[in-house]
Amino acid sequence: MTALHQLSLAALRRGLEAGDFSAVELTEALLARIDAADETLNAFITVLPGEALEQAAAADAARAAGDAGPLCGVPLVHKDIFCMRGVRTTCASRMLENFVSPYDATVVERLKAAGAVVLGKTNMDEFAMGSSNETSYFGPVANPWDPERSPGGSSGGSAAAVAARLVPAATGTDTGGSIRQPAALTGTVGIKPTYGRVSRYGMIAFASSLDQAGVITRTAEDAALLLGVMSGFDERDSTSVDRPVPDYAAGLAQDIDGLRVGIVRQHFDAGLDDACGAAVREALAALEARGAVLTEVDLPNLDYCVPTYYVVAPAECSSNLSRFDGVRFGHRAEAPENLIDLYCRSRGEGFGAEVKRRIMTGTYVLSAGYYDAYYLKAQKVRQLISRDFSAAFESVDVIAGPTTPTPAFRLGDKTDDPITMYLNDIYTIGANLAGLPALSTPCGLVDGLPVGLHLVGPHFAEERLLQVAHQYQQDTHWHTLAPEAFA
Amino acid sequence: MSLDNDQVQHIAMLARLRLADDELAETVTKLSRIVDFVDQLSAAPTDDVLPMAHPVDANQRLRADAVTEVIDRERFQENAPLVEAGYYLVPKVIE
Repeated sequence: MTALHQLSLAALRRGLEAGDFSAVELTEALLARIDAADETLNAFITVLPGEALEQAAAADAARAAGDAGPLCGVPLVHKDIFCMRGVRTTCASRMLENFVSPYDATVVERLKAAGAVVLGKTNMDEFAMGSSNETSYFGPVANPWDPERSPGGSSGGSAAAVAARLVPAATGTDTGGSIRQPAALTGTVGIKPTYGRVSRYGMIAFASSLDQAGVITRTAEDAALLLGVMSGFDERDSTSVDRPVPDYAAGLAQDIDGLRVGIVRQHFDAGLDDACGAAVREALAALEARGAVLTEVDLPNLDYCVPTYYVVAPAECSSNLSRFDGVRFGHRAEAPENLIDLYCRSRGEGFGAEVKRRIMTGTYVLSAGYYDAYYLKAQKVRQLISRDFSAAFESVDVIAGPTTPTPAFRLGDKTDDPITMYLNDIYTIGANLAGLPALSTPCGLVDGLPVGLHLVGPHFAEERLLQVAHQYQQDTHWHTLAPEAFA
Repeated sequence: MSLDNDQVQHIAMLARLRLADDELAETVTKLSRIVDFVDQLSAAPTDDVLPMAHPVDANQRLRADAVTEVIDRERFQENAPLVEAGYYLVPKVIE
């Protein structure tokens, strides 16, 4: 018999419905797995055994009473960037080490209302600033495929927990690739929806014009189920989009015959690992075998994506993180001499090195005399990048390519030079700058390490991305592979 | 090095960040790397291009000017490092 931890979220849902096992039994089994694995992985900042078992018992009671929500008893975890009422919410920072949220994020609230059971809060890069999970105040996360390697970031704990079969699904956030890059490096599925599709209320802000919430799962079907519950208008987020949410799961079975798939020539230029490139080409051939039509498209400003991002994102972060002042919540320095000293030392002690660098980069590009040359210029280049995508989507339905230039790198390998680390997100950042939905699905192993196929669609094409990934998963087994130590 | 120690200390003060002595050298090196890297944007042809205001073409929503939330001060202040009688305490600002 298949063990509970090996089942997808959809299969668990069916099992719970059929009464094959209870939510309490399922929760106990996964909590035991987390307990056994997390010393190696460090995927969790907070595990919530008491709360989870209570929610599971409530889910079983609701089901017995004929009142089961769409995710009744289904286990998942939240990235520790989502506020959860009464639970410590740290954003992996010393600044929020002891912050207990007084309210629920909309994402947390919606999943809770659907009956989901939350097993814990996952590790991440501090304030979601990083691509390796090494900037966490609570230590790096290990990749379940090779504990000496990074799971990627910033949603590294969420990706590692799903890849190691500790949970079937996890929430994540994506500002420049923080869902898709870790999904690719851990052999999981990650989707970042269109900007505004999922509410950002209660999701600790990094760069507000780029941040989006999404999910990491092991199948496209599971991502569809969760995204359907999480999406939709929220008046508490001023950029939330008021537009109906399609039934994502219903569209999965549709074939992709005639689908126009854009291939970006620049994606296969220098910088892409040969074996990664080969895996992606094989995936494209699999789509072609299902009737997709491959067409070359041009994104002429692709090389400007990373530098544009490293002006816009730090600028927004420097504003957002000004709320941490040592007065209302968060870390406060001991015995301040005066108010300025209180601010400077509370922030200097509370933030880690990467967060401080980004705040300072943002402060610099917004400062008098530099604003036009950096910030305004970057917003213009962002417009060019966005136009490139719009032009491409006039002739294709999706753009497909690699999610990352290489498979998972070793912990410590890229920490010396910030630019080497930043270039990891070269293929993913464009979707954030243009506000587009994008997804990564496993498409091969390179030296025993997973790599991902990246799909980008026009605004609000989540349904299509999930459908393409689901159809691809019908012909391939990459998404079913588990790291040996966690099978 | 595109930034020197004094410039970095000035930026740190604008951002209200105290850098420890052993942090300064690394911060100068890495911030300079980042500034050099983003400098390549100056080559992008952006004449007549409007800066992007929003990733999705959307208008700012308006709402009725009505009270919808009540601030639960005691609950929010549970996270404050130092409060007294409902007030947040800070070092003396006015002599």
